[in-house]
Amino acid sequence: MHAPGRPALPLCGGDPPTTGRAGGGRPATPAGVSTEDPRGLVTTTMRRDLPTRTLDRVTIRFAGDSGDGMQLTGTQFSRTAAAFGNDISTLPDYPAEIRAPAGSLAGVSGFQISFASGNIHTPGDSPDVLVAMNPAALRANLHDLPPGGAIIVNSDAFVPANLAKAGYATSPLDDGSLAGYAVFPVPISTLNARALEGLDMTAKQVDLVKNFFALGLMFWLYERSMEPTLRWIEEKFGKRPVVAEANQRALRAGYAFGETTEIFHTRYIVPSADLAPGTYRNVTGNEAASLGFVVAAARAERQLVYCSYPITPASEILHQLSEYKSLGVRTFQAEDEIAAIGAALGASYGGALGVTGTSGPGMALKSEMLGLAVMVELPLVVVDVQRAGPSTGLPTKTEQGDLFQAVFGRNSDSPLPVVAAASPADCFDVALEAWRIALRHMTPVVYLSDAFLANGAEPWRIPDVEALPDLRHPNRTEKAGFYPYLRDEETLARPWVVPGTPGLEHRIGGLEKHDVLGTVSYDPDNHHRMMTLRAEKIARIAADIPPLEVFGPDEGDLLLVGWGSTFGAIRSAVEEMRAAGRSVAHAHLRHLHPFPANTGEVLRRFRRVLVPEVNLGQLSVLLRAEYLVDTTGFNLVRGKPFQISEVAAAAERVLEDVRGGRR
Amino acid sequence: MSEQAKLPAGHDPAVALPGEVPPGEVTLGEILQGEVLPPELTAKLSRKDFVPDVEPRWCPGCGDYSILAQAQRVMPDFGVPRENIVFISGIGCSGRFPYYMNTYGFHGIHGRAPTLATGLKLARPELMVWVITGDGDALSIGGNHILHAMRRNVDIRVVMFNNRIYGLTKGQASPTSEFGQRTKSTPIGSVDYPIHPLVVALAAEATFVARSVDTVVDNLQGVLERAGRHKGAAFVEVLQNCNIFNDGAHRAFTDKEVRADRLLFLEHGKPMLFGKNRDMGIRLNHLRPEVVRLGENGITEADVLVHDEASEDPTIHFMLARIYWPDFPVPVGVIRNVRRPTHDELVDRQIEAAIASEGAGDVAGLLRSGDTWTVE
Repeated sequence: MHAPGRPALPLCGGDPPTTGRAGGGRPATPAGVSTEDPRGLVTTTMRRDLPTRTLDRVTIRFAGDSGDGMQLTGTQFSRTAAAFGNDISTLPDYPAEIRAPAGSLAGVSGFQISFASGNIHTPGDSPDVLVAMNPAALRANLHDLPPGGAIIVNSDAFVPANLAKAGYATSPLDDGSLAGYAVFPVPISTLNARALEGLDMTAKQVDLVKNFFALGLMFWLYERSMEPTLRWIEEKFGKRPVVAEANQRALRAGYAFGETTEIFHTRYIVPSADLAPGTYRNVTGNEAASLGFVVAAARAERQLVYCSYPITPASEILHQLSEYKSLGVRTFQAEDEIAAIGAALGASYGGALGVTGTSGPGMALKSEMLGLAVMVELPLVVVDVQRAGPSTGLPTKTEQGDLFQAVFGRNSDSPLPVVAAASPADCFDVALEAWRIALRHMTPVVYLSDAFLANGAEPWRIPDVEALPDLRHPNRTEKAGFYPYLRDEETLARPWVVPGTPGLEHRIGGLEKHDVLGTVSYDPDNHHRMMTLRAEKIARIAADIPPLEVFGPDEGDLLLVGWGSTFGAIRSAVEEMRAAGRSVAHAHLRHLHPFPANTGEVLRRFRRVLVPEVNLGQLSVLLRAEYLVDTTGFNLVRGKPFQISEVAAAAERVLEDVRGGRR
Repeated sequence: MSEQAKLPAGHDPAVALPGEVPPGEVTLGEILQGEVLPPELTAKLSRKDFVPDVEPRWCPGCGDYSILAQAQRVMPDFGVPRENIVFISGIGCSGRFPYYMNTYGFHGIHGRAPTLATGLKLARPELMVWVITGDGDALSIGGNHILHAMRRNVDIRVVMFNNRIYGLTKGQASPTSEFGQRTKSTPIGSVDYPIHPLVVALAAEATFVARSVDTVVDNLQGVLERAGRHKGAAFVEVLQNCNIFNDGAHRAFTDKEVRADRLLFLEHGKPMLFGKNRDMGIRLNHLRPEVVRLGENGITEADVLVHDEASEDPTIHFMLARIYWPDFPVPVGVIRNVRRPTHDELVDRQIEAAIASEGAGDVAGLLRSGDTWTVE
């Protein structure tokens, strides 16, 4: 578990903060790099014996222009840290514009990675180290850096034009404004260009590779092997030897620079985490969801048909699944959001696992078809990778704003189950859970993810497929006693008869149907009965899901209740507070509709209930309406995930109220 | 006479066209793949087998009754087992159609039937899928889906009932209502120009485009039969009378007394002749179509366009989709019929190719792909 309080700041050991422009030390030259070693281990004649400090956890943020390759740099560092055995958590942060004007604040792209020797649940509240490739990146990210934090900048980029674009009147490297930080100016562009001398590349092409120089330097600083990245370069650019050579040289030059320069006096090691035995890989939420659907289809012994319209931040699921043709996965890029869900429902009607993925605006367009799915009672899963704001909002930023839409967003009473993933890896399990419910209860299911989960990554212990839930659910083929709406006595699910079944030809549709017979019925009492049956069918799912578990004391002063991607921040905050002796507990809701059967009882065992959400209080409304239990909301809707400290501070405020006798 | 209208050399209209299986003939491959049963197993189906135990609830005198009856009549001819036929509809009077066909049926939501059909064909390519729609359903609220189902060549047969009015909502202007037409929503006349449905279908690259009339029973049966045998996206416009809200919308050229002179019955490989005495025809005067009378001004049958529904070049097909009464006779029958790989065939091919080159994927292997590491 992650220790409370801030981790020790790396880079500060013995290094006086420098604000000078010089860059310090002697720049490494390519001549100082041995490129022969196939393992990527750099040995140079200039190697220095530096002290190594061990840290529990380090958080680095890479920031640069959106064309600077910061996402790639961060991803490579993450893979390396994860492969080393650290627990990791990552947070990409990129602008909606593909290429905002170079050097502008709007074009800054960032990637934060936290890696640790213990279990962590979030990508870290604030970075310990900021790697800024230009003045705009520095300016856009500086406010997240705590006092004393380390800044590694590409000093070559701090020229008047770039400073002006970032709104700096004078260079922060020279004007003393960074005095509170440990600043390490490195002429990355120059050093990178020197390392690539002699390659058949334009100056612009050479400059595009400088992110790997920065990556190499960070690998050196944290004693990480370059091997995984060198291998990746080989696989990625093997067919373009010059590009491969350039990237490898840049990486090695960055590493060698760390080795030879004298500006860094310490290296840092974050030992591997004590993770459960097994085989691991890194997954983002969208990757995990994609894999989850493939596995759900395999466990259901049915075909997977994924239908989607491109939308940020859900598109990666379509990209990923369209790669799985050899597994028989059928994907369909529809003409619009409605066609996407229509085709998914059509596929389910045919007996496949029909899935559609989208984000909030697309969900709005799908609502009528979701209502039809409720009416015809076919299994279907709709993934809503939530993003920020109403309308187009902030397309690349995260939010939990679609809970109401998922639970209620259809005409009339159209109940359906809603589940939500808690972490990137949990997106896999929730995909299976969504399908388990959809198949067993013959219902569309809304699966809530969000931009934070979709793009964030963490290590995932690869499960044994055979040990996962058996999702087989029979098609009805028996003629005797068949009626389209004759329900299962326990679940109230209707039979699934797919076209092609002889003798069971029947008609379904959006018009109200006669209970049992399934013919069109305008009978008032029948309509009331069908409305009630549809609601009861979904309500009974509460008996088919695990009870709400409490982390921490079973009862007491304060319970934090959350759902979705705030899991990590809430759990970390509660861990920290409990370590500090506070009476707090955490309950995480994976099922949002219906709630686990014991939810009301759990809420009532605590004096106060705090509901942190990245929306204006939607779960609070649902809990209060359902259980008549008062809740306090903690709602901060900035397009960003919660920080641990923000949740902890909100919980402390409630505890102070409790101590002061206020309610 | 236009070069494009000439039949390709050696093309005999008596043999099967690309895109259709000769009536009654089933390939061994189709039988082996379970696409259709051998004729002897299905020969016993008759019209009655497709009539469910439900009374249709359209207004007395509605053109929909005839379309339903002709569809039920031709269904047994396909040799497709009843359980492998699916009718999918949207909203409007036409939307009720699936309830009245004793096959599998899915009454969807307004305009979206093509989406349901596309997904169903993705999952179950072997099914014969019909989409029943109307002028409002297909061209207004569902316009986008029609375009894309056609351009993808999804293997579905879209039958659009065109009564040029919104009937189920009781008489508002539809996308095919006439300019200036007075309806409940346009009391002093519609200011919207109407769409030509078949032009839209052609523009969207439908591989089979046809028109018929609810009351011209033989032609309607023939067109539905041809559409049923087409492999790929078929679009059939059926001019249908709404005797309550737009009575007689097509009467000027479909009434028994006038139809011989005012409908142009298209036949592949035959000159475009019409009239009681078949003495009138369509020819191209430079780039423009015109009506000519044989024997006048030296006009002979050789001057008249010969219909080539299989022409890849759609120029003449566009012309046929566009000409209309009163300037021209209204073409009915099959306008275009070409064969292209269908959406489901192409999807299948990619999957087969992936399996051929990568081997059948295994799920456990997929989970373990990429960078992995082991914790002991």
